[in-house]
Amino acid sequence: MPRKQIELSNRVEYLNILDLEGNADAALDPKLDANELRKLFRAMLLARRYDERMLKLQRQGRIGTYGPALGQEAASLGPAYVLGKDDWMAPSFREPAGMLYRGWPMEKLILWWGGNETGSSTPTGVNDTPICVPVSSQCLYAAGIAWGCKLKGGKNVALGFVGDGGTSEGDFHEALNVAGAFQLPLVIVIQNNHWAISLPRQKQSAAQTLAQKAIAYGMNGLQVDGNDILAMVAATREAVEHARSGKGPMLIEAVTYRMGVHTTADDPKKYRTEEEVACWQPKDPLERFWKYLAKKKVMDEKAREALEAELAEQITAAVAKAEAYEPDITEPFRHSLAEMPPTLKEQFAEFQAYMDSSSRPDNGSAPSAHDPLMSRLH
Amino acid sequence: MAELTMAKALNLALHEAMAEDPTVLLLGQDVGQDEGVFRISEGLLKKFGADRVIDFPVAESAIAGVSVGMCLTGFKPIAEMQFSGFGYHAFHQVENHISRFRNRTRGRFTCPMVIRMPYGAGIRAIEHHSESREAIWAHLPGLKVVVPSGPRNARALLRASIFDPDPVMFYEPKACYRAFKEEVPDEPETMEIGKAQVVRTGSDVTIISYGASMRPVLEAADDLSLEHQVEADVIDLLSLSPMDTETIIASVKKTGRVVVVHEAPRTCGPAGEIIARIVEKALDFLEAPIARVTGYDLVMPYFNLERHYMPDPLKVVTAVRDVVSY
Repeated sequence: MPRKQIELSNRVEYLNILDLEGNADAALDPKLDANELRKLFRAMLLARRYDERMLKLQRQGRIGTYGPALGQEAASLGPAYVLGKDDWMAPSFREPAGMLYRGWPMEKLILWWGGNETGSSTPTGVNDTPICVPVSSQCLYAAGIAWGCKLKGGKNVALGFVGDGGTSEGDFHEALNVAGAFQLPLVIVIQNNHWAISLPRQKQSAAQTLAQKAIAYGMNGLQVDGNDILAMVAATREAVEHARSGKGPMLIEAVTYRMGVHTTADDPKKYRTEEEVACWQPKDPLERFWKYLAKKKVMDEKAREALEAELAEQITAAVAKAEAYEPDITEPFRHSLAEMPPTLKEQFAEFQAYMDSSSRPDNGSAPSAHDPLMSRLH
Repeated sequence: MAELTMAKALNLALHEAMAEDPTVLLLGQDVGQDEGVFRISEGLLKKFGADRVIDFPVAESAIAGVSVGMCLTGFKPIAEMQFSGFGYHAFHQVENHISRFRNRTRGRFTCPMVIRMPYGAGIRAIEHHSESREAIWAHLPGLKVVVPSGPRNARALLRASIFDPDPVMFYEPKACYRAFKEEVPDEPETMEIGKAQVVRTGSDVTIISYGASMRPVLEAADDLSLEHQVEADVIDLLSLSPMDTETIIASVKKTGRVVVVHEAPRTCGPAGEIIARIVEKALDFLEAPIARVTGYDLVMPYFNLERHYMPDPLKVVTAVRDVVSY
């Protein structure tokens, strides 16, 4: 009757390729060519500048509450970069770098944060689900997509993002459990940015790593320096290939940091120190990657300046396009169900009559005290 | 025509739909090898294989959420919740994704899926197995809620639900699974979702109900006719969302008196909605206050007391007599 250590067949490793000075480990470097490197830098820089512009737009009251992704560009972009066009991506809400790279027009993201559902309508030709707000619930449909891909017999995979906070939700565990049990081609990337609004990572889970949660579901977990784009590309490439070749799901924990606010509605000064934030500054994924590119002479300052100007223009154009958008007030009625049932048709007619009525306050003539209806009511 | 129980009729609809359309899948706890705890999925695993009849881990949120992803890749999943009492685990996937994907993606992604759940009391089941909470689901925009009452309409409505372009919550009155048989046509039959049926005609009173409560209602209607010379127009709603206002109003205009019957608790139950519609559209035709025969606003009593909680023929007869003699 022994009591002994159980040998687990799954493992957890840590991967980092790029140091803080932009030197890559030659053995681990995914060795992307100059074009690929420039493409990655462009996408990361675009996401950074987009993010900065969005914060300004929020402060100016031109969009609603915004959840910045400052500092998490590599963790979002790396996975998106390695996916094939026909693979699927299920983002949470801090993946603009990946979404923009996958082909989401920027104005759609601006429209989404500006309170327009058209920002949720995945563009034709893009196999992504829209931004998902209820944390970790997207892991389940990502698993379902992976299941669908497997049933179709193709080689496509699904990749889902979740935050460190989301790993506490049941849906995260249910998704990993079925993905393991049914060997689904699913990759889940945890963007561990250390804070779920005000709850620190240590209080989210006593687990030493979040990647090790994979083991419970019979898969490998890999913890990655999430601010290292080369490591994110290498790690997700391995996971996607693993899933694509029928070997089942994989879990990746991208260790990153939320440099800004959770959303523009909160004040992180209430729960974390500026020293802590400062510690992460040298790990900035964008500047670290820039150092690497400069050392490799893939890009010089002049090329960067030209790129900066080009991207600023692109962002300005996207903002203008989004702000010119006029929502169709009838759309919610038309897309509730495939066909409006009679009850909804009736409500739609009531709504239209109200919108057309000349006594509606914003139609120019506010109801006056002399209005016969008003006098009846008083 | 064959005489079938509702359990067999539902099984027939599943066989037909899966044979007809290879994108139709069934997933849930015990649906495959065990053929469903109520045997609704008898023979399906053998016929269609484990890729299409999926024995799923006990995780209702996953059953619902994974189905969403399957829809996005072109499948029509039928998700079974073993009992409606466990379907609450899946509530947030239904509210946050299943009922919303069409609207939020403006039609780019839709969820043409069915969630089947046995509901209601009357089979002496243990705790958490006997509730009627259809009102919760019927409150969700973007979701249809269908409740069959007998073998023939169960088969036709399940078929309609499977091929509907929108998500359908299919609430199965488990007390009716094996309670009686009905003739079911040999050819696949479809009914339009959102249409009620007048199952008995009369001009003295309108009785509106659905699902398992149709049995006591029809018994009461027979009794009212034989013993009390009261002829009831009996409406079987069959779908709570969308709900067929037209059929209700036509009947109320004829009879002027209404009794609404359901097993679900009274407050904010479907009867409230039905009555609101009658008041909005046929107030002037009413000859008496509308009566409700419903479950009480109580946690469902365990099975030793459940029959006292539920609508029964006598409660219906009493309510109708009060309304008619007002």
